[in-house]
Amino acid sequence: MSEKLLRVIVVVAMILLVELLCRVGVIPRMVMIAPSDMVVELGKILASGQFSADIRITFTNIAISTVLSILVGFVAGVIIYSLPSLRDAIEPLLASYYAVPTFVFYPIFITLFGVGSASIIAIAVLLAVVSMVTATLNGLDRIPRVLRKTGQIYRMSRIKTALLIELPAATPYLFTGVKLSVAYSFIGVIASEFILSGAGIGYAIAYAYNLFENGHMYALMLLVLIVVTVVNTLLNIVDRRLQMRRQR
Amino acid sequence: MSAASGAKVVPLAPQSAMAPAHARLRGVTRVFDLPKSTLHALGPVDLDLAKGEFFSVVGPSGCGKSTLLDILAGLSAPQSGTAEFEGKPIQGVPDGVGVVFQEDASFPWLNVRDNVAFGLRRAGVDPAEINRRVDYAVGFMGLKDFAASYPAQLSGGMRQRVCIARTLVMQPRLILLDEPFGALDQQTRLLMGDELLRLWRETSATILLITHALDEAAMLSDRVGVMSTRPGTFIDFVETGWEKDRDSRVVSTPHFGDITARLWEKLRVEALKIMSAGKG
Repeated sequence: MSEKLLRVIVVVAMILLVELLCRVGVIPRMVMIAPSDMVVELGKILASGQFSADIRITFTNIAISTVLSILVGFVAGVIIYSLPSLRDAIEPLLASYYAVPTFVFYPIFITLFGVGSASIIAIAVLLAVVSMVTATLNGLDRIPRVLRKTGQIYRMSRIKTALLIELPAATPYLFTGVKLSVAYSFIGVIASEFILSGAGIGYAIAYAYNLFENGHMYALMLLVLIVVTVVNTLLNIVDRRLQMRRQR
Repeated sequence: MSAASGAKVVPLAPQSAMAPAHARLRGVTRVFDLPKSTLHALGPVDLDLAKGEFFSVVGPSGCGKSTLLDILAGLSAPQSGTAEFEGKPIQGVPDGVGVVFQEDASFPWLNVRDNVAFGLRRAGVDPAEINRRVDYAVGFMGLKDFAASYPAQLSGGMRQRVCIARTLVMQPRLILLDEPFGALDQQTRLLMGDELLRLWRETSATILLITHALDEAAMLSDRVGVMSTRPGTFIDFVETGWEKDRDSRVVSTPHFGDITARLWEKLRVEALKIMSAGKG
């Protein structure tokens, strides 16, 4: 039996188990609705358009946060890479960055940007950007010296060497940063919506939770899970292709 | 395949002394600045490479062989002395010089065909001409069936063929090879040596090969330069006397044994110096 098939069987078995436990009443409906009901509820809210604005806001914020994290992280990574003294000074800080619970800074962002998308994006970028910085440094470190020498042999300018040799050589490592930036942007945006927003999927889930609207709450949670799974699957397909080419 | 009568051993005398040198080094030294000291890596070195000559350099580890190659390639400038290619001082990588490195320098994100075409595209060569040259080089190096493959799908030997093909398409007049077969097994190395000799005959390019392997140097070269321990200088030049249509079968001739014995005689002394220094 293939690893992939076994994985699908485990996931399906767990869903069926939860379905069974919900149906026979072991898990009360007040705690969790059955997975099949989640699907039905999701269909209903998507058809009604009741949460369309929240869904649009959340995914727009995630997209903005991802793009900003990747761009800022990449540029910062290149600058830090080109300044070895600066790198020596801040690399220990980067290494311990994720020990800091970024969400504690939310009052600062509310003061700076007010309640809304700007604060949410700022927190998500703060959470995601360092993963891209680290991936950029790693990618640039791992460009084989011989490839740069090859660029010299072809008498390529510094910029052409960077664009046509160094960037493609570092891409598999940079893509790890892209994957992490996407993941952290999802976490940053949706989690922030719980605490500092009046709109978005996170806010809608918290709102439904407070009103005991389990149908809406689980439908929205299922939506997030489905989108995250699809996005990750697509990123993993690209990643696998890049990694396959990296093997030397 | 044949050998000239007897190994012609001419200490410190470059071949074809009367012919104009294709590449020339005079009094070349290279010193590296280290954090707390300096490292005198090379020289002073004098060397004349005759046009169309196959010249190999052997020497103990760290004697400055690769530094010598970098200077001829224009990748590194000498501290003192002069380096010339085709009568002009070497400043930056000269036009007409190709380099094959020991490390795998194939681009993993490009397939074989695009790897081979890379330099031609950068040089703005006409697409029809690129196709013609790439077809030829890919066929010549036995890569035709792998043209659409990526380096990760190829063996180490095949990837080195890609790098040689990528150099070949640029039609270099001087080809510098820095231990190109160092990472390959013995059988593949011998066969790659045959490929290299075929390429050399076909292109009439001047070749400088850096190698650790005495047998490789003895089999492939018209002339072998033996370098001392660091700072590397030439302590012997050995003319092999092989005919141009030689191949790897020369390794079974007594003459091949004479050449390798001569090389080892000189190199052994240098290797012992390094060993005794290590013990001291």
